[in-house]
Amino acid sequence: MIPVAEDIGSEALLRMFTTFPKTKTYFSHLDISPNSDHLRCHGKKIVQALAEGARNISTLATTLAPLSRFHAYLLRIHPTNFKLLNHCILVTLACHMGDNFTPVAHAAIDKFLSAFSAVLAEKFR
Amino acid sequence: MVEWTEFERATIQDVFSKMNSDVVGPQALARCLIVYPWTQRYFGNFGNLYNAAAIMGNPMVAAHGKTVLGGLDRAVKNMDDIKGTYAELSVLHSEKLHVDPDNFRLLADCLTIVVAAQMGAGFTPAVQAAFQKFIAVVVSALGRQYH
Repeated sequence: MIPVAEDIGSEALLRMFTTFPKTKTYFSHLDISPNSDHLRCHGKKIVQALAEGARNISTLATTLAPLSRFHAYLLRIHPTNFKLLNHCILVTLACHMGDNFTPVAHAAIDKFLSAFSAVLAEKFR
Repeated sequence: MVEWTEFERATIQDVFSKMNSDVVGPQALARCLIVYPWTQRYFGNFGNLYNAAAIMGNPMVAAHGKTVLGGLDRAVKNMDDIKGTYAELSVLHSEKLHVDPDNFRLLADCLTIVVAAQMGAGFTPAVQAAFQKFIAVVVSALGRQYH
């Protein structure tokens, strides 16, 4: 997934901003218009973090500890928003993979994204 | 009352007219049962739901998927009164079927993903937003008569 990290990541973010406008409130400091440099750069960061998590899937809590602290203490994103981005990542994958995005693949990725989000949100309180 | 823009109305009619409902309904329901296994609790008499392959090949799942999508079609044809159109269905799901309304959202998410897979690049962010707004109104209408 890494070579297309920018494409998948930025598309997922754009879908989230379009479908759930309230998520834009966390990005007032960036230019998140379609295809902007900020959008692509940020999308790439997110997908790379997901890939890192996938490579260390048995030790998510340790691997993601810095990101977890960042999201809890600095970003303070309302936890429901993780589900919105996860959903948009799945939609992006479905659009690109069509029938290859089988129910089993969908279940596995949804499970992974949920576990990933849970770690990111675990230090919130 | 829900306000629909011209773009949203046109998009919803377009997406559903292009949709192969015989395929999308069954796939969405099967996906829901596979990705969110707790939803299987409502389908105890559907026979073999033991694994993904069984669910995808189960004829009762397929038939019910078509029924659900047929129900959605009524909302497509009555976009200005989805609440009224679904009042009876809402009572049915609450009083007779006892379905936790949170599960409607899960099926709606699976439906969105199946439609996305079918439409590919045509399911642009703007189309997705319109589709999800429509689905959210349907889900809300279905959950209204619970008490």
